[in-house]
This record gives sequence, C-alpha cells and structure tokens, in this order.
Amino acid sequence: MPEFNQSRKRVIQLIFFVVFLIIIGQLFNLQIISRKYAKLAEDNAIAKKIDYPSRGIIYDRKARAILDNVARFDLVVTPFQIKGVDTAVLCHLLNIDTAEFNKRMVTAIIKNGRYRPSIFEPFLSARLQAQLDENMYKLPGFDLSERPVRSYPYKAAAHILGYVAEVDTSIIRKSGYYYQMGDLVGRSGLEKSYEKVLMGQRGIKYLIKDNKNRIQGSFEKGVFDTASEAGRNLYSSVDIELQQLAEKLLTNKIGGIVAINPKTGGILAMASGPTYDPNDLAGAAFRKNWGRMALDTARPLYNRAIKGQYPPGSTFKPLGALIALDEGLITPSYGYPCNGAYYACGRPVKCEHAGHGHAASLRTALANSCNSYFSSIFRMAIDNPAYHNTIKGYLKWKEYMNAFGMGVRLGVDLPSEDHASVPDTSTYNRDFRFGRWNSCNILTLGIGQDRMTATPLQMANVMSIIANKGYYYVPHFVDSIENETPADTVFLAKYRQKHTVTNISDEAYQAVLEGMHDVTVYGTASFLKIPGVEYCAKTGTAQNPHGKNHSIFTCFAPRDNPKIAVSVVVENAGYGATWAGPIGTLLMEKFINDTISAQSMANFERVTKADLIPAAIKHWYYVKDSIRQAKLVVKEVNVDTVIEQPVVVPKKTTFDPEAEPNRKDTGEINLEKNSMLLPDDKKNKSDSSKHEK
Amino acid sequence: MRNSNTISKGIDWSMVLLYAALVTIGVLMIFANEYKEGENIFDPVLNQSRDYGKQALWVGICSVLAIFILLTDSKFFTATANLLYGFGIMLCLAALFVGSEVKGSKSWLVLGGFRLQPSELSKVFTCLALAKYISRQETNFSKIHSQIIGAAISLLPAVITIAQNETGLALVYFSFFLVMYREGLPPFILIAGASIAVILILSLIFSPQTLFIAYAAIAILVIFFTRKMFKRNRFLLWIIVAGWAVASIISSLAIPYLINNVMKPYQRDRIYSLVGKPYVPQDPVERAELEKLKSKSRGKSQNQSEYNVIQSKIAIGSGGLLGKGYLKGTQTRYDFVPEQRTDFIFCTIGEGFGFVGSIVFLSLYAVLLFRTIVIAERQRSTFSRVYAYGVASIFLFHITINICMTIGLAPVIGIPLPLVSYGGSSLLTFTILLFILIRLDADRQMILR
Repeated sequence: MPEFNQSRKRVIQLIFFVVFLIIIGQLFNLQIISRKYAKLAEDNAIAKKIDYPSRGIIYDRKARAILDNVARFDLVVTPFQIKGVDTAVLCHLLNIDTAEFNKRMVTAIIKNGRYRPSIFEPFLSARLQAQLDENMYKLPGFDLSERPVRSYPYKAAAHILGYVAEVDTSIIRKSGYYYQMGDLVGRSGLEKSYEKVLMGQRGIKYLIKDNKNRIQGSFEKGVFDTASEAGRNLYSSVDIELQQLAEKLLTNKIGGIVAINPKTGGILAMASGPTYDPNDLAGAAFRKNWGRMALDTARPLYNRAIKGQYPPGSTFKPLGALIALDEGLITPSYGYPCNGAYYACGRPVKCEHAGHGHAASLRTALANSCNSYFSSIFRMAIDNPAYHNTIKGYLKWKEYMNAFGMGVRLGVDLPSEDHASVPDTSTYNRDFRFGRWNSCNILTLGIGQDRMTATPLQMANVMSIIANKGYYYVPHFVDSIENETPADTVFLAKYRQKHTVTNISDEAYQAVLEGMHDVTVYGTASFLKIPGVEYCAKTGTAQNPHGKNHSIFTCFAPRDNPKIAVSVVVENAGYGATWAGPIGTLLMEKFINDTISAQSMANFERVTKADLIPAAIKHWYYVKDSIRQAKLVVKEVNVDTVIEQPVVVPKKTTFDPEAEPNRKDTGEINLEKNSMLLPDDKKNKSDSSKHEK
Repeated sequence: MRNSNTISKGIDWSMVLLYAALVTIGVLMIFANEYKEGENIFDPVLNQSRDYGKQALWVGICSVLAIFILLTDSKFFTATANLLYGFGIMLCLAALFVGSEVKGSKSWLVLGGFRLQPSELSKVFTCLALAKYISRQETNFSKIHSQIIGAAISLLPAVITIAQNETGLALVYFSFFLVMYREGLPPFILIAGASIAVILILSLIFSPQTLFIAYAAIAILVIFFTRKMFKRNRFLLWIIVAGWAVASIISSLAIPYLINNVMKPYQRDRIYSLVGKPYVPQDPVERAELEKLKSKSRGKSQNQSEYNVIQSKIAIGSGGLLGKGYLKGTQTRYDFVPEQRTDFIFCTIGEGFGFVGSIVFLSLYAVLLFRTIVIAERQRSTFSRVYAYGVASIFLFHITINICMTIGLAPVIGIPLPLVSYGGSSLLTFTILLFILIRLDADRQMILR
C-alpha cells in the first residue's frame, strides 16, 4: 500500500480548486464586468419595430377630408442578417437583377449600417406585398413594415397641403436625431407647417425573434412597448370645391389665385399654376415624379400664390387713393383733367382713356383706372409738405404700404412665404445717389409699377382690408386643431387676433369702395356680372420685364357685408379684365351662389380652354420632347449600327423669369425665343417712365 | 446473501442526492430549451417527441440501473474488471469497423432503434481495469515497467477513439494520469506531460519567434529565483537549460516542420480549428484546394465552432448577476446557441440564472468532486481508492473542458457536461461510473482485490 502518497491528495484538491477558480473568474468577467453581452443578446433576440402612427387628416371648411391615409408596406432589410437569402426569388419578385440587388444592399449599408434595418423597396403594391409575404421564410433579414401613405381624394390643393418625403440628414440633425433615415416628414405646405401636430407620436414594439429571424411573440409581454399616438387632425378654412374650381380655371396658365374670407382671414382657396395632382407625390409616385417636377422650367412645385412677386399694377390704385384721402391731400370729389397722359414729369405716362371727365372724381378715376389721376395723387403723397422732403414723404408712404401688408410677410401658415417688395429708400439712394431723387423719378409706383411687387396673397389681403373697412386677420388655413394643446393655442393666436390698419376713416374706405363698385358697373370690369350679387373689383394690367402684361384682378363680394375677397394673377396674359377678371368673378359666384349660372358658363368655358403658357416655356417643353424623341431614335439605330451621335442635352436651368423678376436671364437657353419675347430684359428697371395704362 | 435491510447500509446518501439534483437540473434545462409557451408539458414525455421527454425516460432507465448496481456484490467489479475492459475494447473496435457513421465519427453502434457510443462506456471499464492493475501488490509506479503498463491500459481506448474521429472523447483518457500520480507516478512525468501539451498548443497559436523570446524570459526568471539551490543540486541549472532548449525546438522547429511538411492541408485545418484559429495557407494552390475541400463537406465546421462560442458567450454574458429567470432566456430559448442541449447546456443555466446561479450550480459539482476525494481516501482497498480517483478525474475533465468551452477558454471539442447534458449514452456512463463508486464505498471496510 503506497500510503506515503497520501499527501498528493492535497495536490489533487489544489488542482480541482484552481480549475474552479479559473471558471468562476471567467464567469465573473463575462457576466459581471463585461456589459457588451447583454447588448449583443438584445440585438440577437429583440427586434425593435417602430409603429408609425397615421398622420393627421386635413379637413376643409365643410369637414370633408381633403387628404387621407391608405396603408402601404415597405420591404426593409437588415443587412447583417441576410445570410442565406434566396436572392433569385427576391430578384424575380421585385423584377430586378443581381447587380441591382447588390447595389441596393450597399446603399442600405452605407445609409444605415449593417445592423439597422433600411428600406429596400418602398411602397409595395398590394400584389407584391402578398407575394413577398408568402416567401418571407426564404428571405432572412428582410421584413415587411406597414406604414400609411397619403392619398388625396379630391386630387386638388397640392400647393396648400404640400407633400411628405423621406427625411434627409439635415432634418435628422435638426430634430435632435428624433427622426431616423427613411422616416417620412412634411417637406412643404401644411404638412411642413403643422408637422408636429400631424405626425403624432411614434410607438416602439419590442418583439422576440429566434435564430432564423422569425418573430416569436412580444418581449416580456410588451411591458416596454410604447403605444403610437395618431396624428391630430386639422380643420381648415379651405373650400375644396372652390379650390378645385380655382385650379381648373388656371389650367394651362401660369399665375396664382387666393380667395380669403375677409371676416376671419381664413383662406378659402389658393391655387398656383401650373399645379399637379398631389397623388403624384404620394408614396411610390414621389420618386418617379419629384425630380421631373423640380427641374420643370414652369416650376409646378413653386407656390406662386405666396411666392410669386408681381407688380400689382392698377390693382394698387385703391391703396394710393386711401393714402391720399387719409393724409387729407384729396377729397373724394377731387378730379384730374386727364387728356390721355400724365405730362408733369417730362416723359408722359400714358392713360388708356382720353375722354373728357373720365377722372372727374375719385370714383370715376377708379372706375376708369386713370393713370394720370393716380400718378398725380401719388406725387402729392410723396411731396406732402407736412414731411418737408421726398425721403420723409416716401417713408410715410411706405409705412402705409407696410401697414396694408405690402412688402412684408403676412405670416400665413405655409412655409417660405415671400415678402415681395416695397422698395426701401436705400434702393433709390443707390440708384440715384443719396437724396438726388424726387417723386417724378419713382412716379410709376403710384400705378403699382416700378419696383413694387406683391404676392397674390398680399393682394387678396388688401382686398380683405378694404372689404372690412380697415381691419384684417392674418390669412391662414387652419381654423382649429383636434384636441388643441396650449402650444397649439399659442401658435394659432396670431390668426385669431384682429389687426387694424392705421386709423383711416370709414368715409375714405366708403369712397374707395364706391369707386371699386363703379369698376363693375361702368368701369373696366363692367362686362363681368355675377347674377344677383353686387361686387367690387379692380382690374390690373401689369407691365413686367418678361413679356406680355400680367393679367390681374382683385375683388370682393358682395359689396355690402363681403364674404369673399379674391386676387387673381395670370402671367403674361394681357388685360386684367380679359383673363383674371372672369376667373375672379367665377370664383365669387361659385362661392356665394354655390353654382355657376348658365351665362357665366360661357366665360368658364372660354377661360378653361385658353392656353396662356408663355411661348418661352412651351419652347422648353418642345426642346425637351424632341431630345427625348431623338434619344429614342438613336437607341433604335444603335441596335444595328453603333453610331456615336452626340446628343445635345439642354443646359438645365431652374431659372423662372416670372418668379424671379430681379434676376437677369443669361440667355443661355432658348436664346432666340427669349430675347424676342423679353425685349426689355436688358434694360434698366428704373427706366420705366414710358409705362402706360 | 443480502436482505433489504443491508442494501442501504453504508451507502453515501449525499452522493445519491447530488446525483439526483444534477440529473433533475439537466432535464429542467433541456425542458427550458425546448418548451414553447402554451404547449402541453407532459405529452412529449409520454410520446417521446421531445428531447426532454427522452431524457426523462433515460433518467428512469438509469435509476433502475443504479438500483441494480447497488444490489450487485462489490466483488463482482474486481472480478470482472479485466473482462469488462476487454469487452469495452471489443465494442469500440466493432463500432470503428462495422458501426454507422454519425456526423463524421465512426463511434456509434446501432442495435434496432437503440444507439450506443461504446467509447463513452469504456471509460468505466478502463477505470475499473486501471484500478485492478494498480491494486496488484507488484505494481509500483516508481518503476518504468508499471508506468508503461498503466499508460497502456489508459491510452489503448484513447487510440481507438481517435481512430473513430472522436478526439474530444479520447482526451478524457489522459485524465487517468492524475490517478496514476496519486498512486505514485513521479510528478516529473505529469509536469513534463502538461508542459508539452501547453507548449504544443502555444506553438499553434503564437509565432515561433514570440515563443522563443517568451521561453528565454521564463528560463531566465526561473534561474534567477532558483539560483540559491544550484549549490545543493548541480544538475538543476542544466535541467532548466535543457527544458528551455526542448521547448524552443518543439515550437520553432518540430511543430512547423510537422505541420508544413508532414500534414495534409485538411489535417492542418482541423488542427488549427481545434485551437480556434483560422488557418490560411500561404501557397495559393493549397489555399484553393482547401477552399474546395471546405465548401464540399465539413466546410462550415470551423466557422460553426467560432459562431457557437460567440453565441454561447453572449448567452452566458447576458445573464448578468442574477440571470433572466427560468424560461426567460432569450438566447437559449430561441435557438441562438447551437448544440445547446448537449454540449452547450451550461448556457441555459448561465443565461437563466446569471452569475449567482452559475456559482450555485458549479458548487454542486465541486461538492461532488471533493466528496469523491473524501470517499477515495477512506477506502481500505486500493482498488476502491483508485477507482474513486478515476471517477473524480473523469468528472473533472468533463466539467472543466465543457464549461471552459462554453465560456471561450477551451476549444470546442464536443464533450458533454456530466449528468446534465442531453444524451442517453453519456447519462448511462456517468450513472454507472458514480453508482459503482457508491457501491464500492458501501463496502469500504472490505479488502477488495
């Protein structure tokens, strides 16, 4: 018996002890010290599913949904899990090739990394979604995620509603990384202004998945889940039927329309031509159409109603009269002996009328739109002896203008409204050297020309002020928000506050109102009637550096207790009463009478059928189409013989002469056409003394 | 000879209790692994459609077997030790030559619907045979003669098992050297053997240059600390220098030569995958050949074992201090860890019960092992003592390698966790192993030869 080896028992026990110590040490390291494994385990087994709430719905004034949601599915991929994907099946279903598959995978990895899901194919059709659903077990790492997509049952109000699109990095950064790649966010219109209200609260569901990425149920019975909260609805002042009519009337025209309820400031309709079907920028259609629209020279994405800057022309004249009346420079009975032009400043300013007595009083002067009369009272205002010099007089005049909402942003609840322009004295100081200018130099401001511009929204707001005899509400779309929060109330407060414009007397307004009524009785718009409704209006035919005169019409109805104020601008169309006039009266008729009478239908037919797109823009389309044709031909030829035919690609330009009056056309595109159409383009803008009316 | 009163006499109930606890934990863990919410729990036990049902049946079979073993006379084991050993070797050879191949290893005998792995069972027989040999009065481990025979008895089944392509199981037999050490094997052999094993593994993992420097540093340190002993033992310095030289030669010359000039590419790949290191041949032709080979059959094995270890570490690591709770482990319940009912069963414990639970579980094994040593040392007969040490060594080896495998400290070599892992052969083997020990211990006053 080798009893002497008894001591070796201790050695063996020591070995046992050491082994257990090592194991415990490593367990301590894995389970207590290192925290990464818990995270890894979570990534392994817990799928985070974002529950997109449906965005809020926007209703019109009669509670009709002008924008709604439909459910669509996205195919999303988590790149690191795609081992074993049946690529052939997927490519076949999506009708793409392997190269495209690889490209999309690389894009997904670059965009969101390997471990986060990215959208592989957005907005699947119902059929494709069903097919993919069946084959999901062959596609580890892929998943279908539901999200609602906007739909527009009335196919109208594109510029008002705006569109939603995927966020870009700058939006993500600005949001403090609340948004993630692939989220949809309002990018323009009310969708953008009311993003916080409409988007609601996103929810997160934690799901358990197994090693094959199959969902096994909710994690911990859903105690960590947050419920999504649907976006809140907006109740707007838009009248969708009126909106549809406005858009219809702008068919094949460039311009803008704004109709406001003067009593509340609620916008009834706002159209910009050319427009588009908002469904073209919803869901899958967005990718297809957005690029084309953004590059279109007629700029269908551009909301001319709040961004277009047009010289108001004669539609400015009521304001000129109000200023002169308020300053006590004239009385309503003041007359001007016009015989066809205003000669007091050297070069004559032409007037459309030469007949004796057409400007015998303010009423007749407004009705006949006498240039001489308003040039004269403009000079009186600028050279008002109460203000000693031109600059001071001009500043007082500008003060009035800004009070009327001209040259300032009104604050409508749409993004990127333009303030248009009522020039500052510095502009003229630069043009004429400091203080070396007088009322004659800026004479045509008095008839709404020179450097004065206004947006259709501002023009409509001016009509509201006159209709209300001195007050207005900031024009807006949203009357109320569902479940209004205190923050919403603060936001909406400025639209609920009455703004009074200086202290112009009721008599002054009454005088101007009478004059504008006379416009429709025997004046420039006398041939435009609304059955059973007396209305007030002012036509405008604005000269501009881009071609034919803009046709402008501002009006409100009924004469007593007005319900609607409208402004219409049709670019390069001619006389105000010819095109803009009928559009304005048709809209008022529709709104007040709820129908369009048979006699007005003739006007409706005439206007909707007219094509008033400027030749330059038509030519652009023509060139684009012919290039496409040429490319098609080249492609067909290439099938047999490879001919390297240089294709003339037109220099892409987003320059829009109508929208950017202060920008010079460099004439690189459509050179001949443009120079022919825009004879005054290269000339000095201030040299406008030969403007006529 | 015996009546019912004396059956229970002398039985170490603490061992029986530990056995019952571990087996129960095993079934519960396999259940935790398979059970999906809302399922009927007992049907799979009756119709054997699930692994935990099968394991429960095996537990039943093993309990009956355990009672039979307790009823057996202790002298039976000493009498038949050599016979059983021969029988075990025969079975292993039979499996090798006429057995059916399962997952690339020829270690299975299939009889009807019943599958058995003889190399598992022959652990018991080898343990008995070794005990029998050592208990002979002539055996003296300080003699080279005894050393060789002892080693031969231990390693013969290992050789056959390696031939069966079950490297993991074969390594278990090396644990018998611990037993032989206890019985007088010079410690030098154990140390040298362990050192060479370590050096072999190191030379696969690190570059020869690194190791050369490391060995030199260690040698210098050892010389520095033992310098006072040189006066008494003149050979010590030379032993250290010789050790350093042997280690350097193995790492820098022998191993690279063996791998690059003797082995075939697939063998190299397998060797490297054993230490969890990817093998990338320098020669492009060879690389292409290997790629082809990999893609053909056992291609995924290396990546697979890497994946296993990562997932296993995630599962255990995510358990934290207290674990996620029984039936709440996300990793082990949703099949992220492969082989989790057999080799990676410890993940379920680590994830579900965390650090604290793991310690409690490990302490069950620790008590079992230290209790086995206590039992060993109280035996009057050498046979029983050697057998007890054999049992302890086998258990230690299995526990260590298996758990180290799951926590990333040992290569994945497919060794089950005793009494807990799913698998009939394994449960049967460990039951027999343990209950023979309990039976022998009940007769500890007897002198068995």
